[in-house]
Amino acid sequence: MSDLQPAAMVETRGLKVRFEQAGKRIEAVNGVDLSVSRGEALALIGESGSGKSVTLRALMRLHPERSTRIEGQIEIEGRELMAMSRGELSRLRGGEVAMIFQEPLLALDPVYTVGQQIVEGLRRHRGLSRSEARARALEALKSVRIPSPESRLDAYPHEMSGGMRQRAMIALALSCHPKLLLADEPTTALDATVQIQILILLRELRRELGLALIFVTHDIAAAAEVADRVAVMYGGRIVEMAPVRELLRAPRHPYTIALLASRPDGGLAKGKRLETIPGSPPDLAALPPGCAFAPRCRHAMAICSSQLPPSERIDSEHLVACHWAMGRSDADPYTQPRQEERMDR
Amino acid sequence: MPSSSDSRAADPRDLGGPIQPLLKVRGLVKHFSVRGGAGKRRVVRAVDGIDFEVRKGETLGVVGESGCGKSTTARLLMQLIKLDAGELIFDAATVGGQQLPLREFRRQVQMVFQDSYSSLNPRMTIEQSVAFGPRVHGVGRRESMARARSLLDRVGLDPQRFGGRYPHELSGGQRQRVNIARALALEPRLVILDEAVSALDKSVEAQVLNLLDDLKRSMALTYVFISHDLHVVRYVSDRILVMYLGEVIEIGPAEALFERSAHPYTVALLGSMPSLDPDQRTEAPPLVGDPPSPIDPPSGCRFHTRCPYAEPLCAEQKPPFAELDEGHRAACWMVVPGSQHSQAAKAQCVDA
Ligand SMILES: Nc1ncnc2c1ncn2[C@@H]1O[C@H](COP(=O)(O)OP(=O)(O)OP(=O)(O)O)[C@@H](O)[C@H]1O
Ligand SMILES: Nc1ncnc2c1ncn2[C@@H]1O[C@H](COP(=O)(O)OP(=O)(O)O)[C@@H](O)[C@H]1O
Ligand code: SF4
Ligand code: SF4
Ligand SMILES: [Mg+2]
Ligand SMILES: [Mg+2]
Repeated sequence: MSDLQPAAMVETRGLKVRFEQAGKRIEAVNGVDLSVSRGEALALIGESGSGKSVTLRALMRLHPERSTRIEGQIEIEGRELMAMSRGELSRLRGGEVAMIFQEPLLALDPVYTVGQQIVEGLRRHRGLSRSEARARALEALKSVRIPSPESRLDAYPHEMSGGMRQRAMIALALSCHPKLLLADEPTTALDATVQIQILILLRELRRELGLALIFVTHDIAAAAEVADRVAVMYGGRIVEMAPVRELLRAPRHPYTIALLASRPDGGLAKGKRLETIPGSPPDLAALPPGCAFAPRCRHAMAICSSQLPPSERIDSEHLVACHWAMGRSDADPYTQPRQEERMDR
Repeated sequence: MPSSSDSRAADPRDLGGPIQPLLKVRGLVKHFSVRGGAGKRRVVRAVDGIDFEVRKGETLGVVGESGCGKSTTARLLMQLIKLDAGELIFDAATVGGQQLPLREFRRQVQMVFQDSYSSLNPRMTIEQSVAFGPRVHGVGRRESMARARSLLDRVGLDPQRFGGRYPHELSGGQRQRVNIARALALEPRLVILDEAVSALDKSVEAQVLNLLDDLKRSMALTYVFISHDLHVVRYVSDRILVMYLGEVIEIGPAEALFERSAHPYTVALLGSMPSLDPDQRTEAPPLVGDPPSPIDPPSGCRFHTRCPYAEPLCAEQKPPFAELDEGHRAACWMVVPGSQHSQAAKAQCVDA
């Protein structure tokens, strides 16, 4: 980002999320630092269970308070989320911060029409009159390019196709003009033809409305269509973060490198074997003290299993958490980072 | 994937020889009756008269939007549901005829589904699950178990470690390996994979795709590979078949279909794949809206309601399947030489 970077829309420092479950402690998110400015789109990618959704839900304090422990700081426009009262929280949710999910039927209420649901939100969050709210709801449906929006206002969710429902949910999320949109795999369940429409829609809305976007996906190509920056998660940590071009062209973390190589993309010659990552994802109830990727990493060294690799800058916008990428070795564990100074945190 | 003709030459089950397609599908139709509004019965034309062949040793990819009839086609090929019309010819024998009774056919064709959980019996160890098919088909207990263990080994699950586990004690990728082992237990010749890798993480998907490739070579298999992931389909398929609203609209060699797509729907479908290059993002969606309902599909060419090249002719008459190149065919008036479509001249002339 430039020097004139405005205050972050959302920023987390040392975010940790733990679940207590049947006597076990699941360490789902383990120190996530991220910052997204106004109008910026960040994609969170990683395999299932890596903590993408848990991170996203923490940004809206959606986790059950009783069984969840959240540590670290979360700031929304400079305000501490964990210190907010119930009233402040409910103004925030659906007002300044909105969320969309993979399955729109979970977000939409089956017994109300799409119009009623949008109107209800607008009256609650924006105090609009019924007719003002209805006009705004129509505008929201138009903004997500739903065909014949007037008639869709009075349609029930089950009367719509998957792509239409996904648009209706985005319209609901955007109707109160949020500043931050959290999207959890919003296109995973859709056909390619509908997926690209939604991806382009998100890109355009971001430009038109200056919306900040955090976009969770397991598909790097979807991230490449929408995101400015990409953060790769593994074992509840961000192991690499860079502008999308840089991440695709010069990945530095062994996990990112392996993830990119395992994709059967157009360029791949037929009959060529796909790269695979041996082993399985880490047990979040028993994370090792060092790098969580070590048991599967082809570059793992002794220090990897004893010392947690810190997140370090490779250049001004490229962060990586890996001893190997920073040029360390067992013989020389204290070699300074190859290019830049350590990030001071 | 390279052909496995060597192992096939010795296959005593090969009746028709290498030229005879493994499976010929003729005029396949399946309509479902559903309750519409006001208690009226309506007909879903899930599969509406399709013809194609599956060649010996190939992987035939099947693509198309959700609801276009891919899974219904798969279930018809498996004879899990009854055909309304049409016939299946398996290696020169009519399926269900005297030469090839259904039971015998079912041994030779197996299927793997997307949902690795619900396709396994939660009360059986995975060893028992894999041995179940052979048992039902009259193989002895000991022999079935031995076969199950060797298959588990083959799909990369150590039978010592995993054989006694229950499905919930495995990861999604491991369960899908069990499903593959189970499908192979009767030594089928044709395996239908319906979104078999779609629920897996990318890195696990890569492992399973590599496994499928190994098994195909070593066991002389033929695959019908259904997936919504066009990158994966391109990578695994020798030929690709494109469906739209219950019909086949294009079929051809994988590279030809990607490099020289003929049907406007195929062009739009392939153009919808997200670009991996942030400097060449997809500017505008190739198609708007969702596919129409397979209840009352559009007249003539079913794609005419969304096609940028549609002309009056297209709504009036269904285009025939026209050949563009050896084995590459498409159902579009623009491809039919000398048709009334104003763009027809662009098509290569096939006949004089
Ligand atoms: N048992 C059934 N009763 C009524 N309609 C059905 C039945 N099975 C399938 N259909 C309908 O037939 C059409 C084709 O369905 P099918 O499952 O074959 O689609 P598909 O191409 O596999 O889609 P997807 O990509 O979503 O898996 C759909 O409109 C579907 O709703
Ligand atoms: N409410 C919860 N209680 C216990 N464990 C949870 C809860 N929510 C998520 N988890 C666990 O946290 C880990 C990360 O989950 P998630 O963020 O959903 O992964 P993903 O990256 O696939 O979105 C997983 O192991 C998941 O099972
Ligand atoms: S820190 Fe070590 S184990 Fe972890 S990714 Fe880097 S090289 Fe591999
Ligand atoms: S026949 Fe007509 S409507 Fe159908 S795909 Fe060809 S040009 Fe388009
Ligand atoms: Mg998730
Ligand atoms: Mg299906």
